Amino acid sequence: MDIIYQPWPWYVAGPLIALVMFLLVYSGKTFGVSSNFRTMCAIGGAGKVNDFFKFDWKASMWNLVFLGGTVIGGFIAANYLTPDSSVAINPKTVQVLSEIGIENAGQQYLPPEIFSPESAFTLKGFLILVLGGFLVGFGTRYAGGCTSGHAITGMSNLQIPSLIAVIGFFIGGLTMTYLILPLLIQ
Amino acid sequence: MKMILFAIFGIAFGIIAAKAEVISWFRIYEMFRFQSFHMYGIIGSAVVLGAILIQFVKRSKMKDIDGNQIVLSDKNKSVARYLLGGTIFGLGWALSGACPGPMFILAGYGYYTILIVIVSAILGTFTYGLLRGKLPH
Repeated sequence: MDIIYQPWPWYVAGPLIALVMFLLVYSGKTFGVSSNFRTMCAIGGAGKVNDFFKFDWKASMWNLVFLGGTVIGGFIAANYLTPDSSVAINPKTVQVLSEIGIENAGQQYLPPEIFSPESAFTLKGFLILVLGGFLVGFGTRYAGGCTSGHAITGMSNLQIPSLIAVIGFFIGGLTMTYLILPLLIQ
Repeated sequence: MKMILFAIFGIAFGIIAAKAEVISWFRIYEMFRFQSFHMYGIIGSAVVLGAILIQFVKRSKMKDIDGNQIVLSDKNKSVARYLLGGTIFGLGWALSGACPGPMFILAGYGYYTILIVIVSAILGTFTYGLLRGKLPH
């Protein structure tokens, strides 16, 4: 039992994620989280403003239910399966982070310097979170998918467009990590 | 009834991603620094097993749970939208440390400020919808 309470290694998590994808395909659906953002826009009435959001969102209800499940999954993991929420990242990474002003990296899942309420509700902290979310929401719909849709499902289905999208994920991710993040955080 | 299945799949995915620390900002940062194999191992092994399963679905002409033929459509051929959209996504992924799935798992985990990120992501998708006619695809 103890092994469940420890962090799960990659060779357990990766195959299990593939299995979730397969179960969704076997259920006649597909594994793609980001389309829920479009569905939420449609439910909020965005179809009145723009045709992109004029579609039968009721047919996407299953995906919102899946999404609701992930929230519950996070709750269960936090409250019943994870006695210690520290993340054993590479000591070199801890060192690099401390140089850009993020101390004690890995003591919990998210850095308090960005996500604690004290940081998030300063003007700068708020703008960082808003910018991050906005880029994800804009980029994922422009690219037609996110990590689940492109990196897992698309690449499993040997789709060249998904490979191009993943290359884009890394161009953006590396640019942010090496060039922009140090300026934003410090 | 099938809706219960999707809820269970979601719960499973939430637990897997949380327990494997995929939802951790630090794991994403470490990945982009190439200082750990963890995230590459997860995505890599998911894709390898996923590819085997998808090939099996296609070659066996598998039917879904309702008896309908499973059809996996090909993505439209293009470069611009995937590269540009992907790059914009990557900038946001590395900043917020969360892609769409983990955002919601984190909310359940108890990191409530992630809701700012979620609301902003919905606005990002909305803005894309408004501008998409002007963007190269």
